[in-house]
Amino acid sequence: MHGLMNRAIQCFLQDTYGAEAWANVAGQAGIGPEGFEAMMVYPDSVTESLLAAACSHLSKPRDALLEDIGIWLVSVERLRRLMRFGGVDYHDFIDTLEELPGRAQLAVPDIGLPAVRVVPHAQGQFTLIVQHGQDGFGHVFAGVLRAMADDYGALALIDHVGSGPDGETIEVELLDARYTQGRAFSLAMPATAGVQ
Amino acid sequence: MDGSQTETLAMVPPEALGLLMPMYVWVSPTGHVREAGPTLKKLCGDCALIGSRFLETFELIRPSGISTMAELGALAGRRLHATLREPPHTAFRGLAVPLAPGQGMLVNLSFGIAVAEAVRDHDLTDADFAVTDLAVELLYLHEAKSAVMDELNGLNLRLQAARAAAEEQALTDPLTGLANRRALEIALAQAADTVENGGRPFALMHIDLDFFKSVNDTLGHAAGDHVLGEVAMILREETRQNDVVARVGGDEFVLILRDLSDRNRLVALAKRIIARFEQPMEFEGHPCRISGSAGIALSISYPTQNPDRMLSDADLALYASKRNGRAQATVFTPDLVLPEDDRLPD
Repeated sequence: MHGLMNRAIQCFLQDTYGAEAWANVAGQAGIGPEGFEAMMVYPDSVTESLLAAACSHLSKPRDALLEDIGIWLVSVERLRRLMRFGGVDYHDFIDTLEELPGRAQLAVPDIGLPAVRVVPHAQGQFTLIVQHGQDGFGHVFAGVLRAMADDYGALALIDHVGSGPDGETIEVELLDARYTQGRAFSLAMPATAGVQ
Repeated sequence: MDGSQTETLAMVPPEALGLLMPMYVWVSPTGHVREAGPTLKKLCGDCALIGSRFLETFELIRPSGISTMAELGALAGRRLHATLREPPHTAFRGLAVPLAPGQGMLVNLSFGIAVAEAVRDHDLTDADFAVTDLAVELLYLHEAKSAVMDELNGLNLRLQAARAAAEEQALTDPLTGLANRRALEIALAQAADTVENGGRPFALMHIDLDFFKSVNDTLGHAAGDHVLGEVAMILREETRQNDVVARVGGDEFVLILRDLSDRNRLVALAKRIIARFEQPMEFEGHPCRISGSAGIALSISYPTQNPDRMLSDADLALYASKRNGRAQATVFTPDLVLPEDDRLPD
């Protein structure tokens, strides 16, 4: 799995649970305390042991942890902005989710985001199929979708309904695209986004 | 059907034209703006774009010197570079095409590479761009690239720090290939432990080059480095495989000589080394003349081993050698005490 994703898990743990928790989890998973390099690719097994160690240290089910990671990702302003480029409103965002892996690939060619299939149904209902070798990506996706609904100010129900041969399935029911104002987004990059 | 013209003309209402080209300008034969796309109207704000003279609102940068409608008309099909005459002087590129006779020209503008600036200056949104325009993708890429660059910069900083840490942990002096101070400290602690545990004794020889500074000053650092390389070679040749030769300062060396406690043999070894130092070393045709002084301490002089004490005693003996007129070797004894104010020659 790409270093960016491993690093995202690392930053999530450090941000949410503190440096000590990260040190514990890393130690348990056999990873050095310095963690991951964003621009390197690591074997999938490293990510698996990292997640297993985090779940056991935090006594948290794997699915819930992965969804929390998805929600946290959107709290990173830079990533939130990149996600917001995906559509003018939440409906548009969901509608163009199939383009997301391609967009990510434009910036980081070997990022290896899972392919997503969006099947629109009547009245703001969508079925998303997340295909990826590493099980559980769909839960991260569900977290991202939940946080992005909030960001766009949309009222939506998001349900991870399980895995099938095609991948993991997420049902989205968009009840109100303009439930709240949502968070501001301007196409222009804020001066502070360049430095972090 | 009447009129072949209607069959070849695509009649597009202004609103539809605005969707296709949000930054179009319809310029009348008199040179006035008859209609414009919604984004361009937004850009011009209160400057009342409609009805203004096109060349008074926009300045043509390239081709330059265009001031009449006839001249503008002649540019049909060529790439134009223009700016707003009013601040923030937004830059455009575009293309003008003639319309049906008597209808004037249609000019379509775009931001080109300056899109990020324009978006910031005019607070543009996704809706301000044509659906077919890749401007938003360009902005997205710009941000994604910035994020990736920052990660790479972070990686470079971490690599630099790792390199510094590795250098700190290194055991070799990069110039001479001898052990460095850190390696010496480790080897000395081990040698002291060996003695404490009933193992073989050892001697410590501290050697300081004489006149090295003048080689550096008169012939340059390259000559100095050459001399240090020669010195390292002599020290290696005059010691045995399991001895340790360390460079611990600019022109200071410390030797750990295992299983050696005979004062006479040690002094003889030091003198042999110093004699070899005194053989002129040639650098690019210039002789480099140096010498050396040595101070020696023996592990057998101490009831319990104390590496720091032994190092400082060898140092004291070295200074005694210098005081006695250089090119000397002195073995430390407890009665060897230097006066407090003894000033040593360099």
